[in-house]
Amino acid sequence: MKITVKLFATLEKYLPADAGNHQVTLEVPPAASVQTCLDHFQIPEKLRHLVLVNGVYIPPDQRMTTELREGDIVAVWPEIAGG
Amino acid sequence: MAWTRKVLRVDLTTGRCQEEPLNMAWASEYLGQRGLASKYLSEEIDPKVEPLSPANKLIMVTGPLTGTMASTAGRYSVVTKSPLTGCIACSNSGGFFGAELKFAGWDMIIFEGKSPRPVYLYIENETAQLLPAEEIWGKSVWDTDEILHKKHQDPLLRIATVGRAAEKGCLFSGIINDLHRAAGRSGVGTVMASKNLKAVAVRGTRGIANLKDPRRFMQVTDAAKQVLAESPVTSEGLPAYGTQVLMNVINEVGAMPTRNYREVQFEGAYKISGEAMHQPRPSDGKPNLVTNAACFGCTIACGRISTIDQKHFSVVNKPRYWHASGGVEYEAAWALGSDLGVDDLDALTYCNFLCNEDGLDPISFGATVAAAMELFENGQLTLEDTGGIDLRFGNAEALVRVAELTARGEGFGLEIGLGSKRLCEKYGHPDLSMTVKGQEFPAYDPRGLQGMGLTYATSNRGACHLRSYTVSSEVLGVPVKTDPLATEGKAAMVKDFQDATAAVDSSGLCVFTTFAWTLENIAPQIDAACAGEWTVEKLLEVGERIWNLERKFNLDAGITAKDDTLPKRILKEAAKTGPAKGKVNELHKMLPEYYQLRGWSADGVPLPETLQRLGL
Repeated sequence: MKITVKLFATLEKYLPADAGNHQVTLEVPPAASVQTCLDHFQIPEKLRHLVLVNGVYIPPDQRMTTELREGDIVAVWPEIAGG
Repeated sequence: MAWTRKVLRVDLTTGRCQEEPLNMAWASEYLGQRGLASKYLSEEIDPKVEPLSPANKLIMVTGPLTGTMASTAGRYSVVTKSPLTGCIACSNSGGFFGAELKFAGWDMIIFEGKSPRPVYLYIENETAQLLPAEEIWGKSVWDTDEILHKKHQDPLLRIATVGRAAEKGCLFSGIINDLHRAAGRSGVGTVMASKNLKAVAVRGTRGIANLKDPRRFMQVTDAAKQVLAESPVTSEGLPAYGTQVLMNVINEVGAMPTRNYREVQFEGAYKISGEAMHQPRPSDGKPNLVTNAACFGCTIACGRISTIDQKHFSVVNKPRYWHASGGVEYEAAWALGSDLGVDDLDALTYCNFLCNEDGLDPISFGATVAAAMELFENGQLTLEDTGGIDLRFGNAEALVRVAELTARGEGFGLEIGLGSKRLCEKYGHPDLSMTVKGQEFPAYDPRGLQGMGLTYATSNRGACHLRSYTVSSEVLGVPVKTDPLATEGKAAMVKDFQDATAAVDSSGLCVFTTFAWTLENIAPQIDAACAGEWTVEKLLEVGERIWNLERKFNLDAGITAKDDTLPKRILKEAAKTGPAKGKVNELHKMLPEYYQLRGWSADGVPLPETLQRLGL
């Protein structure tokens, strides 16, 4: 199944070189976990701060058990803030 | 000590500039900047005063740490009664002006009365004089800055000035210092212009020489800078992307106000985001962002310096705007972008330059144009009203034209200058104004972030994100992650953020430090600098005192619990997409608890025992 992965701010470097607009479409096995998705891009654990699936925050202890569905959007940021 | 213990009182009516001692008893209770000036204002004016009358006063004020070696210690504030809201206003700015004022030996300047002719205040250390301003009246901020620098032959002169919009009565005019730093909100610039005061130019060479314990101050400020240097937020994210790093986050969580808050997600968000500012433009191959920039003494450097493609329609044949200047930050990018349905980053940057050039608050300007666009699309505002401008959502050319007119106080720009509330009332649809107490909403939809709804409703200066930035917790997980859609616990969170922020706003430090610092990092710096004992507990008490003082001023001005509310759209019309789909803001679940936690009556009035406890 296909999902969209968006890696923002300084996480852009973990995307493939040909990815545009900080996002890429990814083919993953059915019911793949959020953790599997993050591992695919080899994002260091300490940079997986804000992890959203369809805009909803997934805490670290639920990333292994949260299953993705066709068309999901996974968006990730390191620690950031603004105002 | 840290305070200079000197106040400059300027009677604009008579032209007299007089030194007087700072009230140190008040300094020990209100610290400085926002708190201390609010105390002075409360004591010196009738809260019912007409904001644009000579009886209103305007205070420019530093904090005890302003000008010191503490990181970000360049802040100053402008406190007055707002013509936009009728509330007490405090607008905070960075840059270099505040530190220069301190170096000249002044904690604050109190302006009173009204000059019979345009003047500016020139300060060189202890010498202060009002000088004729005919040659700069009618000029933009940038021209005024250049003329005064040339006239005084001093490149290090620091200048805070109003632009043409303020002179023409635009109710959300700010005061711009150092070309593109702003005391932006609540119309403080409008009050300044109403007094025929065009600018304040200051040169100070006295430095800071009165810290309580200089050795300890160096140690604790060094340690605090190390905390900022080790935080990924203040050492990586903010320098690289500025506040604009939020654009994609807030859009993903479904709290991005779009097209006058009709929607909560913007399809063009990426194109106007911090990330996009780094991308080469297809048109000329250059990125929007040239570099980041820092205010006085800041080790974060979140400021944006940008350029516009010289062939972009907004600046063709306008070389004045081809140089690098202050670029969009998140609040400007939202207000000029998603709230108007415009995703043209060059157009946004040009409008941001205009806001700096003539002293417009980009939040209130953009939000007012958003309301005008909705009125226009509904047929309640016509081409005849707009002077022929096709004011549809998404029309970047219309945005640019309206920005030019508002900045210069011409044509339909005078209508926009009324602000969203008055504009929507004039055209018979007050519900379309996204305001609290007359001040336009900032960049977070309270349907997607419940705590921000309570923040806006209870802010003492009208809708504002900086009075209690619960986004920090509800979205970003600082200090701890909370559920943005939950109402439980938000009343206490808002109160705690409000009190802590009021203390930081009174210190001379930038509130952005609190993405890495807590009051545990801030209190030792104040304690090493200032007479007395400054603990975390004392700072929270000072913050709570300030909050209640501001509330009391507003109550005495006639602003009551009935004004602690949100527009019907936010309370009745559910979000259409994103995690908050189907949700409205549940203010009614939070507000009673908030009043209770504050020690206020069910009518939002501080109880006698609360006032007594805080010495009010």
